[in-house]
Amino acid sequence: MIEIENLSFRRGAVPILLNINLKVPNGGIAAIIGPNGAGKSTLLHCIAGLLTPANGRVWVDSVDVYAVREGERARLMALLTQHAATVPRLSVRDLVTFGRWPHHRGRPTREDVYKVTKALDVFELKEMASQDVEALSGGQRQRAFLAMAYAQDTPWMMLDEPLAALDPKYVRDIMDRLRALSGPKRSVVMVLHDLSTAARYADWCVALKAGRVFSSGSWEDTATSEALSELYETPLRLETVSGGAPVVVAGD
Amino acid sequence: MARQRLTLLTGLLATFVTIYLLWNLRGPTGFILSLRAERLAALILVGAASGTATIIFQTIANNRLLTPGIVGFDSLFVFLQTMLVLSLGGLGYTALPDTPKFVAETACLVGAAMLLFGLLFRKGAEDVIRMILTGVILGVLLRGLAGFAQRLLDPSEFAIVQQAQFASFNVINDDQLTIAAIAVALALLASLWIAPSLDVAALGRTKARTLGLAHDQLVLSALAIISVLIAVSTALVGPITFLGLLSAGLAHLVLRDHRHMVLIPAAAVIGAAILVAGQAVFERLLGLQSALGVIVEFVGGLLFLLLVLRRPAR
Repeated sequence: MIEIENLSFRRGAVPILLNINLKVPNGGIAAIIGPNGAGKSTLLHCIAGLLTPANGRVWVDSVDVYAVREGERARLMALLTQHAATVPRLSVRDLVTFGRWPHHRGRPTREDVYKVTKALDVFELKEMASQDVEALSGGQRQRAFLAMAYAQDTPWMMLDEPLAALDPKYVRDIMDRLRALSGPKRSVVMVLHDLSTAARYADWCVALKAGRVFSSGSWEDTATSEALSELYETPLRLETVSGGAPVVVAGD
Repeated sequence: MARQRLTLLTGLLATFVTIYLLWNLRGPTGFILSLRAERLAALILVGAASGTATIIFQTIANNRLLTPGIVGFDSLFVFLQTMLVLSLGGLGYTALPDTPKFVAETACLVGAAMLLFGLLFRKGAEDVIRMILTGVILGVLLRGLAGFAQRLLDPSEFAIVQQAQFASFNVINDDQLTIAAIAVALALLASLWIAPSLDVAALGRTKARTLGLAHDQLVLSALAIISVLIAVSTALVGPITFLGLLSAGLAHLVLRDHRHMVLIPAAAVIGAAILVAGQAVFERLLGLQSALGVIVEFVGGLLFLLLVLRRPAR
């Protein structure tokens, strides 16, 4: 479980997160939603221990993320940031192999090689394993980065807008894979902008507004049409299309 | 593939070494060979140190256009030399015992380099443009101060400082060479030790930290290694700004590999090969009509411009 207590974060004099108190249970997919500038990515980075808050504490599976060393934290959670960079002439296999770094520290074992191969398999990247990452399309590239995070083999996967700039085919492909991967032993926390995708895949919802927790709970209980409309300050309706998939529609 | 290319590069260096040692060998063979071997050792040391330092520097700065020289290190060296001549006088400066002067100069440069690079990386590592600008401005400031101090020198003292501003392999002191060899060997071993971590650091600070790398600690270790390599090489022969850029650029081009375990040796071998081949041509073909350092700077400078004009910084 992720437990956050009185977390505040400032960038210079500007408050970004204000007194956040939260609990996110293990298992499934938790979506962090909210309008632009609500502090979603900042919250994710604080949880991942990359940003040091002005005050407050964060525990992930009872581990104080600000008290542990980087190595231990990287075995607890993988973080995929927006605009993840690579180095020139890095193959897909090499990129995914980096995911094993917290475990082998530069000296890969057989188990590491096996887990990399498995990650390539799960994300259907085997055929392009020797290709240069920079030569991949946006969707393939994102799959490669997700495979890297998966290879890290952590109980928590933190994803900061992993679907940004992807077309619907890739969005569905990636979300289906994440859905299949998430379960009691692996939880996914992701910042999402597309509410229909969140409605379709998220089990848990954390809604932020102006740096504060607007609501938090199971998706069904929290993300109602009224709550979403109030959160985004525009009329939004949660509907179900044929086949049972929920969508969020703008308008009264 | 990368290892084969590294072996080929080593073979190329061995060929240049043989040519340098044996080409036009006339007269008292033993004496000439020992003289050439001494100079050869200095060339290899400086080339290896410069190539290695630049590869590591570019990785932690996340920018393949940078060399320690560009961000002010060479200006620092010139400033120190000028201040030394100004405070001790020309006679006092030349009367300084060579080896203690070399050791003191190296220690001073290591300390100053750690300060300079520490200052640049403390807040600027994420913002490369800011880091380059800070380095360039510091370099201009140090050069300006050195220039001002040089105006206070008499012509003979000024000539001493001017001589120190360009790398020269013509006179190498045995004791200094031994000390430099030990320091460079240790620094090279240390750089290979951190090579796997540098692979991760090349992904950028944020990504490296999410993978469990103690990035700031690594940057400190890397800066210490770079400072030792560049300080030793500069104190031994003088500053060569663009040799490292040339070696690192060619290492990336030839190896086409991201692993520092092969990139570091490749840059070291290429740096040494450039100097050995260049010195062989200057000594045997051109009769020492110019300084090797000047030509290396010219070619390296052109490469720098080419890189700047060809692609984005990273």
